[in-house]
Amino acid sequence: MAQMTMIQAITDALRTELKNDENVLVFGEDVGQNGGVFRATEGLQDEFGEERVFDTPLAESAIAGIAIGLATQGYRPVPEIQFFGFVYEAMDAINGQMARLRYRTGNTMNAPITIRAPFGGGVHTPELHADSLEGLIAQQPGMKVVIPSNPYDAKGLLISAIRDNDPVVFLEHMKLYRSFREEVPEEEYTVELGKANVKREGTDVTLIAYGAMVQASIKAAEELEKNGIQAEVIDLRTVMPIDMETIIESVKKTNRVVVVQEAQRQAGMASQIVTEIQERAILHLEAPILRVAAPDTVYAFTQAEEVWLPNYEDIVEKVNKVMNF
Amino acid sequence: MKRTLENAENEFQTFQILNEEGEVVNEKDMPELSDDELKELMTRMVYTRILDQRSIALNRQGRLGFYAPTAGQEASQLGTQFALEQEDFILPAYRDVPQLIWQGLPLYQAFLFSRGHYHGNQMPEGVHAFSPQIIIGAQYTQAAGVAMGMKKRGKKNVAITYTGDGGTSQGDFYEGMNFAGAFKAPAIFVVQNNRFAISVPVDKQTAAKTLAQKAVAAGIEGIQVDGMDVLAVYAATKDARERAVNGEGPTLIETLTYRYGAHTMAGDDPTRYRTDELDTEWEKKDPIVRFRKYLEGKGLWTEEQENEVTEKAKAEIKEAIKKADEQPKQKVTDLISNMYEKLPVHLEEQMEEYKAKESK
Repeated sequence: MAQMTMIQAITDALRTELKNDENVLVFGEDVGQNGGVFRATEGLQDEFGEERVFDTPLAESAIAGIAIGLATQGYRPVPEIQFFGFVYEAMDAINGQMARLRYRTGNTMNAPITIRAPFGGGVHTPELHADSLEGLIAQQPGMKVVIPSNPYDAKGLLISAIRDNDPVVFLEHMKLYRSFREEVPEEEYTVELGKANVKREGTDVTLIAYGAMVQASIKAAEELEKNGIQAEVIDLRTVMPIDMETIIESVKKTNRVVVVQEAQRQAGMASQIVTEIQERAILHLEAPILRVAAPDTVYAFTQAEEVWLPNYEDIVEKVNKVMNF
Repeated sequence: MKRTLENAENEFQTFQILNEEGEVVNEKDMPELSDDELKELMTRMVYTRILDQRSIALNRQGRLGFYAPTAGQEASQLGTQFALEQEDFILPAYRDVPQLIWQGLPLYQAFLFSRGHYHGNQMPEGVHAFSPQIIIGAQYTQAAGVAMGMKKRGKKNVAITYTGDGGTSQGDFYEGMNFAGAFKAPAIFVVQNNRFAISVPVDKQTAAKTLAQKAVAAGIEGIQVDGMDVLAVYAATKDARERAVNGEGPTLIETLTYRYGAHTMAGDDPTRYRTDELDTEWEKKDPIVRFRKYLEGKGLWTEEQENEVTEKAKAEIKEAIKKADEQPKQKVTDLISNMYEKLPVHLEEQMEEYKAKESK
């Protein structure tokens, strides 16, 4: 075991898979000699060579496009999009192409591609760096979307994503990159895709969150406990597909739910989760399911992040509403 | 101050071997093709012209779906394909079904592609290709990736991809060539300039005098070819292929061609935007007429041979349509099972739902 930040755990996962499978290729803008703008790929080119870890020209559409082409030659591409706000440049290659490859070829070809990209607010980035756009990919059949909230999960989920034979978008929250350390096994291990994790057990209300909102939910749960409210916190880990089994099990126990996301209310995954719960467990609900989400504006100008981004206080407020319904 | 536009454009003179009368105007670049190969090329062009005529008729009868006519482009499509090896990888655009057929896609599957059946997209063993790309430009970036993969594997093969004149305005067109250039990948980028993108003439796409010169922006080789001259198209592709497998990087080939028919059979009417004069001018350049004259001059082609090819084509098309008719209908459960290697839980649920429906 070693104490690792999330970024170190990600590098460790990439190193593990580069070692395990010679078909794994890591590429993107500045991921080679520079080791990535966040150092996620630091040292990998020196260790595995330019054939395995390489820089590309600055063009997201082609970065995702070549991943599809490389897959036809038996490779397992792990491209990086420098910030997920730049995904719009690559939307056709992702949602229009790789998501559909297995289906459109009648299961004769596949795209074992893992797209890594940082996102998320609270670190004062310039425009279109922090936007939460997971909802766009999650709406595309053929894609999977993974969002880890801690170093342990990040390593295990990334190894699973790389080994998955279908395309995965792996979103790394910038605020979580170095915000805390955690025990991470040095050997390889996997965390199954599509499985949520109960981070904190509780009996009064279920908080469903992902990304940076997991930490906020845990903090909210600690606050709520002071008032005698026991919140159960579920970290989705994979936002598509959603682990409804874990969610419903919790709802049946607590009978109250708040879904928490950093994305705007009209975006993200919360609406999908609310719908699934009301279809599957409406008779177990004591109150409407409420959402914590950002306002439906364009992502905040840097200096407005603090007033705009959802935080633990917003979660406490929504839980109190649900408890007093 | 030195401006270079005129110099640049002078670099891209049309490469031609056969003129409209079927006379050799460029002996020096004549490709080495045996008599049998020359006859095979002609056979394929005639067959493909019949296939186009029949496909239009079948579409009008409602027995085919999406169809993008190919008549006029036989030299461009088949001359490039004829220069390929079986292990090469084709990334076609929606009009490039003939190349897939001659690379080994059974005709009935091409018809299933037209109708909208997944089996039409299941390439048989040994046919290295994607099914026709509908998103104009996407095939270009993907081709760069296929070529990069071949280079990494140490294969002596190429990725070849096609787009039209309109497609050269897309970002992916430039990105694909530029990536292949930066990685010196063995790719051949073909632009089939048939002068119109649906109704928009090529001079509304760009102020560039040739499309071949767009290669300059990627720092790769570019060549403009008479796309109605099958020997010139073949020679240019063969040369690009050799350069590519020898590690010299990609080439952009612009073929000057024409589609005699509509853009697609989905209600396009070329009389709205094309003049009779232009049609007549390009009919004189017909790649089949020209190559027929050349082969007849060499004593390699007769009317009888041509009739044989025509009859064979018609019979095989009839057979293929019958086989397509016999293909089992698609079920939702088929579509679900083609989505992922291992179905996510929500699709497992939907699979059960549709299994129950389908068993009723």
